Amino acid sequence: MIMLFSMDEKTDAETDDDGLAEVVTLGRDNPLRLDSGKVIGPFEVAYKCWGKLNRDRSNVILVCHALTGDHYVRGINPITGKRGWWENMVGGGKPVDTDIYYVICINVLGSCAGTTGPASPNPETGKAYGLDFPVITIGDMVRTQAMLLDHLGIETLFSVIGGSMGGMQALQWAVDYPDRVRTAIAIATTWRHSAQNIAFHEVGRQAIMADANWNHGRYLDHKERPHAGLAVARMAAHITYMSESGLTSRFGRSLQDRDRLAFGFDADFQIESYLRHQGISFVDRFDANSYLYITRAMDYYDLSAPHDGVLAKAFQGTKTRFCVVSFTSDWLYTTDESRHMVRSLNAASARVSFADIDMDKGHDSFLLEGGEMDGVVRGFLNSEADVMAEELS
Amino acid sequence: MNAQEARASDIRVDLLEIARIITPGSTVLDVGCGDGSLLDYLVRERQVDGRGIELSAQGVNSSIAKGLSVVQGNAEEDIDFYPDQSFDYVILSQTLQAMKRPDRMLEQLLRVGRKAIVSFPNFGHWKVRLNLGLLGTMPVNRTLDHPWYSTPNIHFCTIRDFVNLCKQMDIHIETTMAIDARGHRMSFANLFLANFLATQGMYVITRK
Repeated sequence: MIMLFSMDEKTDAETDDDGLAEVVTLGRDNPLRLDSGKVIGPFEVAYKCWGKLNRDRSNVILVCHALTGDHYVRGINPITGKRGWWENMVGGGKPVDTDIYYVICINVLGSCAGTTGPASPNPETGKAYGLDFPVITIGDMVRTQAMLLDHLGIETLFSVIGGSMGGMQALQWAVDYPDRVRTAIAIATTWRHSAQNIAFHEVGRQAIMADANWNHGRYLDHKERPHAGLAVARMAAHITYMSESGLTSRFGRSLQDRDRLAFGFDADFQIESYLRHQGISFVDRFDANSYLYITRAMDYYDLSAPHDGVLAKAFQGTKTRFCVVSFTSDWLYTTDESRHMVRSLNAASARVSFADIDMDKGHDSFLLEGGEMDGVVRGFLNSEADVMAEELS
Repeated sequence: MNAQEARASDIRVDLLEIARIITPGSTVLDVGCGDGSLLDYLVRERQVDGRGIELSAQGVNSSIAKGLSVVQGNAEEDIDFYPDQSFDYVILSQTLQAMKRPDRMLEQLLRVGRKAIVSFPNFGHWKVRLNLGLLGTMPVNRTLDHPWYSTPNIHFCTIRDFVNLCKQMDIHIETTMAIDARGHRMSFANLFLANFLATQGMYVITRK
């Protein structure tokens, strides 16, 4: 690839993997009007950056995180103590190459990892928002990200990339800010939440709200947290992130630490033990109300809604170049949903690449190392960098 | 440096014949674009705005890795979703005979494109006739490289069959090319000779 992005020694924006997140307060003078009609501000936005911003600020890639993700894409996550969630995709020499691009990931509105959410203090009361936090949408998340980029003086994005809910944000970005987005990469995602998607989320929310410790969302005023409910919500959701063949090959009907069935309700099977572990380890790092709010934002997501259900109209006239990636074993956001997006993009004469990648690990395939996704993302970004270099020369 | 850069020497000779027809700067849809080598060549050497549809995951992945706007899909289903007359050229290279309904595909090609470039292996070639006539078996050779039971090519036709179909469908043949075994254009366009000697037929067709 042509070395397009000349590095400017004078730019100050460079952070390394384990550096602390930046937090800025936005919406103090101009509060943000949300899709619900409510207004929020001031609010805090947490983000992290990697690589160097070039002189003309044309090498920015925005990485959008998923439902329970955060802005710790690389390096040690201070909340979990684990490595970042997309180190195989983002970094020096990786498909999203931080030697070339200035990569930024912004924690979504409503989260509990730094950006203001229901567990943050309500400026009006000084106490945690709880259910006084306004219901938000994917569009609202994207709007706060645009506010942060304005604040940082970044006008255009070379690319916006994300998987799952991150992919929803990438598409929303392309629809809401067509002039600011040169390319959008939407992985293992959809254009609207289906009835089945909403149904699974509702099970999770009901599990949380049925926990007596939830206390109508005011649990932060008490000692106990709705951990049991949140763990069940996570367990149910986690099943949708895997595939039957993946589960069968990994667990089958294998028993957990025993030779025979115990004729009781302990975790006899390895899959039960695994799911319980997923549930229990989740509650330490995630806020139950955040889970309610962010799942709601995903349920409300439908790019075709403002266009009488005709998705192609959402993309009409777009100049953004799209890359859509689905996985054959993903039954949460299926290949068919991605194909519908691609057909709608074609109907709108948009430039789109689409790969349906054969992996058996279900929805979570997008987080896994290796496979053909790397080559697809790398080739897509490199070719567009070549096009941009030709435009400039 | 660009490792994937396509040069004339890297692509099949018959694909170069297609490339010669394309006006620089035009919009092109390559239906069944394989690994994207023709499209890549057209984008770089003819400055076209190129798109592709490809069924095989392998072809799609290598096309996207070349930086092409190629989508994974079944051409016969996906072509319905492209707007009318949205491309200057739609290319269907060596794929017509693998379609469930070649006639419907021709219809779609000319709905989506102002011109269509269609090439296909000629089942009327003398070696094929010899094979069938004397040996009594289905031919397997360089252009027809699968045995009958596993071939994706389910609707073979001869050059004369294709010309007849175009007549029947009221399709105008703008250019006729007979292609020999090495991929070069043959100098004659006489239908009888072409149907007997060409291994491939290549046509530029439009709506009347």
